[in-house]
Parts: sequence; C-alpha cells; structure tokens
Amino acid sequence: MEVYLDNSATTQVDGKIIKLMNKYFSENYGNPSSLHDFGRRAKESLDKSREIIAKKINTNKDEIIFTSGGSESNNLALNILKEGDHLITTKIEHPSIFETAKNLERKGIKVTYLNVNKEGFVDLDELKKSINKNTKLVSIIHGNNEIGVIQDLEAIGKICKNILFHTDAVQSFCKINIDVNKFNLSLASFSSHKIHGPKGVGALYVKKGLELNKMILGGHQEMNKRGGTENVPGIVGFGEAIKLIKENDIKRIGELRDFLIKELLKIPRTRLNGSKNKRLCNNINISFELIEGEGLMLHLDMKGVKVSTGSACSSQTLEPSHVLIAIGLPHEIAHGSIRFSLSKNTTKKELLYTIKKVKEVAKLLRKISPLKDDTK
Amino acid sequence: MYNKKVLDYFRHPKNYGVIKNYSGRGKVGNPRCGDIMELHIKIGKDKRGREIIKDVKWQTFGCAAAIATSSMVTEMVKGKTLEEAKKISNQQVTKKLGGLPPIKTHCSILAEEALDSAIKDYEKRKKK
Repeated sequence: MEVYLDNSATTQVDGKIIKLMNKYFSENYGNPSSLHDFGRRAKESLDKSREIIAKKINTNKDEIIFTSGGSESNNLALNILKEGDHLITTKIEHPSIFETAKNLERKGIKVTYLNVNKEGFVDLDELKKSINKNTKLVSIIHGNNEIGVIQDLEAIGKICKNILFHTDAVQSFCKINIDVNKFNLSLASFSSHKIHGPKGVGALYVKKGLELNKMILGGHQEMNKRGGTENVPGIVGFGEAIKLIKENDIKRIGELRDFLIKELLKIPRTRLNGSKNKRLCNNINISFELIEGEGLMLHLDMKGVKVSTGSACSSQTLEPSHVLIAIGLPHEIAHGSIRFSLSKNTTKKELLYTIKKVKEVAKLLRKISPLKDDTK
Repeated sequence: MYNKKVLDYFRHPKNYGVIKNYSGRGKVGNPRCGDIMELHIKIGKDKRGREIIKDVKWQTFGCAAAIATSSMVTEMVKGKTLEEAKKISNQQVTKKLGGLPPIKTHCSILAEEALDSAIKDYEKRKKK
C-alpha cells in the first residue's frame, strides 16, 4: 500500500487542473503582454485567477501579483526593507523568511526574532515591547509548516498599527479564512502546489500604494512589481485549484487528523508537538522518544508510508529543526519527530495502515536503541 | 541519498542486542547530535590460543547510516583476533557498505570509536 502523508511538502495536482492547464500550453499559449488577441486572452486568464485569489482573501485583484512560489513571495515581501529599518519576525518561520532575514541583517537591517511558547504561539506582549521607532515590518507565519500552529493574525494586526504586517500564508491558504482587511495585512504570501495546484506558482498580496523593492528586473509585468513573462498555465491552474476547494473536505481532513493523533499518542512515550486546538487541519507532528526520526521515516518509506522528519540527520546541517527547538524540545526528542500531513485524498483506510506500520517500526527501532536503559 | 547496500543493512540489521556477560563495552556519541552507539564484545580464544572476538552485539540510536555501519562493523569483526579488529578503520567499514553520503561520515567514525572503546574497556578489565 502506498500512503502519501507529506502534503505539507507538496500535493498531487488534481486531474481537472492538468486538463485545463494543457489548453494553455497548446491552444491559448499567448504572452499576456502581447497586444494581439492571443495576448489579450492570456491576460484575461491571468486576471481571472487574480480575481479568484483576491476574493478568497477579501481584497481587489489589483493587489495580487504572481510569483514563482511561496519562497519568492516571502523574499519579495521582506526585501521591502532598507538599511536602518527594523524587522520583527519569529523563531518558527519557514527558511525562506529566516534566511532572508539573516541576509537583511548583513545589509544593516536590525531583526528581532520573537520567541514562542511550548505550543508555538507568539507572545503578543513581547511583540508590543519589541516595536521601536524604526520598526517597519512585522512578518509572522500564519499556519506553521512543521507543527501546524495557527497564530492569531487578527490580534497581531491590531498591534501593527503604523507598521507593515506580512504573513507567510503558504500552509494556511484555503484551510483557514484569511481576510487581509480584518487582519490589517499589508503583504501576504501564497503558494499553489500546497493546494493541489501546480508547482512553480505563487502569489503575493501587496496593499495598494505599497512600493516593493523589485527583484526581477526586465519588464513591466505584474503592475511593474515583478519582471518576466507570467507562467500562464500555472497561474490558471492555481486559480482552478482554489475553485476546487470544498469546505467539507477541510472538515473531513480535520476529523482524520484528530483520529490519527489520538491513535498515535496511544504508542508509549510519544508527544504531540504544537497546539491541540489551533492547528492546521492537515498537520500532525509527533515525537517518538528513544528513536531517531530519519530511521523511522526511512522504514515507513520502505513500507509505503511517506512522511517527513525534523531530525538533524535528514538535514544538510545536522542540526535538528529550529521550530522544534524554539518550542523547547530537547535535542534528542526533536531528533525523533515525524510530520504526517494529510490532504483531501487521504482515507481512513490509509491511516489505519499507517498506524499499524508506525507501531511496528517504533517497536523495532526501540529494540535496537541503547537509550532505553538510561531513561528507566 | 543512500545506496542499496546501506539501505539493506539498515532494513535488516544484523547482530543487534546486548551480551549480558560481555568482556568489554563501548558507548560513544551524544543524544544531542542524534547518534549514540553501544557495542558489547565477548572475547574467547582460537585454536592457536590467540584472543578473538567470539561475539559482538550493538545498539544504536541514530540515522540509517549509523544503523548500517553498526551492523557492518560487527559483521566485520566477528571471529577476528583482537589485533585484527583494532586495525579496522571507518574507511574500511564505509567501503564495505559501498560508500556513504559525505555528510554521514561521522556515523562511520562512531562505529570505529565504539569498537575501539569496547576493546580498550576489555583490556582495562583484564589488567585489574
């Protein structure tokens, strides 16, 4: 049995979307910047997708620009800062935020990295205290990609009165309601391939009047905020993916998540990472004590179950996940963490199989682990 | 990332467990780094009266490379004289496994260290 539970990494593209996209490779292949009717038709298709995204976050289509994905959107948003500015972000951001923040520090931008509590929530008082006269931007991830915790953007937005507020909404988009006005957002990043759309497409919400520091030069596309011919088939696919989201699916995925959490926590010496209540509907992150995550992940892979791990051994740096360290997990427990992420295609039968296999593998790896004697 | 042989040793580890009345015990690594290896050896004598590793068992908390090298090193030393076992290097273990990704070299060093440490432990006990 093949069970794909790595939907926070990427999702399967819906067949209907592929069919629609194909038309934009072979028939409506015009360049949206061309003035002839091929170009005009392509432009109309782009704007249709723009409209769909705008509607989803309660804004207008002239405030949405298309990018190559969530990472580019995050880079573009943070690069609005200039020397002397102050940025406030958190210790649990996606690498495309924290690597950009580190890079900005080298360019003379001051950065504050907010702590989170053991469930992963940002402390609003710490945020208030961190704001100073140079603070230009606050960037806080909405739904965390590793532990699924959902931040209270409405409350954070209220604190960011005269400060730009950006959120990385790559994981939360189409899973939780996002209202850029209610949340007082100036910038927000989205991605297509996390919601069964194609890879290589993302979007950035840019509040009207806000000037970005353009990163790709060479054309006036995307309201002169991002050069380069737009990825028309991908953008059409992105719009269609949003249209195919059903409220019922979100509810059902959440129920499956709760079932998997309940069953996996029956295994001795396991713990759930992140918040139990304010959690992405498809995210489960569990630490298995006395076990190293890469081993667990690879054994599950060989049994057909595809998951990911926060273990250091699976990273190129040999450091465990910064998110798990930020919520206070000791290194050895962070090493034994596995993320299971579901989608609308996930079935209960698949989860039953997964639970059975996780139990088998955990038992084997604990048998060969020398740690048990030390912890009795 | 891993070759077929490494995955095979990881999937079907050999010689894991403990020896209750071991002659020497080595424990190396650090849970913070995500690798701990414990190795037990039982020393006996061959027909010519030389000391040999009669039995060897390991337990490892670590990634696939750590588990595969633990398994391989025990296979390589079983039945060998102590002098021969001392000469086994992490490069030899890695070579036997058909190579490891460069970032996993430290796992093979751990296997060599665990073996060294078990042999030294035995020699110390013998002196007492």
